[in-house]
Amino acid sequence: MTWLSDSALERLRAAADAPDLAGTRYQLVSKLGQGGMGGVFQVEDQVLERQVALKAVSIADPQGTLAARLLQEARIIARLEHPGIVPVHDAGMLPDGRPYYTMKLVQGQRLDAHVVAVTTLTDRLRLFLRICDPVAFAHAHGVLHRDLKPSNVMVGPFGEVLVMDWGLSKLLHDPQQREKASVASDNLPTVPPADRTAHGTVLGTPGYMAPEQAEANAVIDQRADIYSLGAILQFLLAGALPLPRALDAIRKQAMNVDSSRRYHAVQELSADIQHFLDGVAVSAYPEGPLTRMWRWVRRNRAWILLLLVYIVVRALLIFFRPH
Amino acid sequence: MNKVLLGILVGAILGVFDGLSAWFTPEVRNQLMGIVFGSTIKGLIAGVLIGFFARKVHSLALGLVFGLAVGLLLAYAVAAMQPGPNHYYFQIMLPGGIVGTIIGYATQRFGQPVQSAAS
Repeated sequence: MTWLSDSALERLRAAADAPDLAGTRYQLVSKLGQGGMGGVFQVEDQVLERQVALKAVSIADPQGTLAARLLQEARIIARLEHPGIVPVHDAGMLPDGRPYYTMKLVQGQRLDAHVVAVTTLTDRLRLFLRICDPVAFAHAHGVLHRDLKPSNVMVGPFGEVLVMDWGLSKLLHDPQQREKASVASDNLPTVPPADRTAHGTVLGTPGYMAPEQAEANAVIDQRADIYSLGAILQFLLAGALPLPRALDAIRKQAMNVDSSRRYHAVQELSADIQHFLDGVAVSAYPEGPLTRMWRWVRRNRAWILLLLVYIVVRALLIFFRPH
Repeated sequence: MNKVLLGILVGAILGVFDGLSAWFTPEVRNQLMGIVFGSTIKGLIAGVLIGFFARKVHSLALGLVFGLAVGLLLAYAVAAMQPGPNHYYFQIMLPGGIVGTIIGYATQRFGQPVQSAAS
């Protein structure tokens, strides 16, 4: 008997994992990554002569659950036409029977890698606002993401922000999708890698997942995504010391354990961040009259300085006027 | 409010207050109305010029410099027109320059730029 080396096994595994694209318009270029239920591949669309990303189920799926979920994901993304959400180009079935969909190939960096280059607090908050936009858009169209985290946000070469991986997304008010959010019911591993969302385990990522999302039979709504956005905000603010109190209050309200005490809509959260950037009061941080006055003075310091200079000059000229 | 209108408004308000400050000088208190009127006209002219500049040039630094220059120039003209041997150049030009700078700041920071017509 001949033993196969680890590298040979790895090559065999990769070959088995690769989608069968024979007879399709796509040609495999490389594998980009592996998600909880499928692999993502860079392929060339030979008709349009462009590179696209192809996602296909890549693990055993005897009951077709993953296939249904993949198709559902494609349909959800397809209904969300927004510059911050990767557009779906095509969906169908591969010759090997695996469902797939293709989408725009995003060139850029994941947020967790990109953030190193974003040094100022203001720039990080502006980046955060651009993450909020597509999430708010999805909520307006009745879609929850449920797995928002830095590794699911891509920043393109021109600063464009794209929210990725809608594999756990859920349609609000869809009775067929009332699901138990938490524990595995099949034979897949129950302890997923820390940074990955695997099918059949907790639907979400620890650290970024709202507490109610980890409860069985919990009905979740857009406030679960708001919690995750709060966690992303916390990630972006890491190292920003001392953290302004108003900003910390915004983070705390977004990440409140009690969902009823969180922001009720992403727009409320982004409005508070915008208010903070504009130097005006934020709803999450009630302030006293002295703080309010100090903030007003800071915001209008140029005006106040010019008027003070004028008044002082006038007063000096009156005081030292020639007789 | 567009930048020219804002310049006129700020210039007029500051002109009135600048003129009213003459009340603290007893020697000219009997000419207060004339001084306020003249100062207001000066503020209006400065507001128009600085407002038009802000509409063309979007730069806070250049706006401040232009405002200062216009304020000084108009105040110089007012001082030069003073009757008698004393023209009080310093006493008139210094606050005039500051008023111009304030108008320059206001028109650069605030006011709507003119919308270009759709092609």
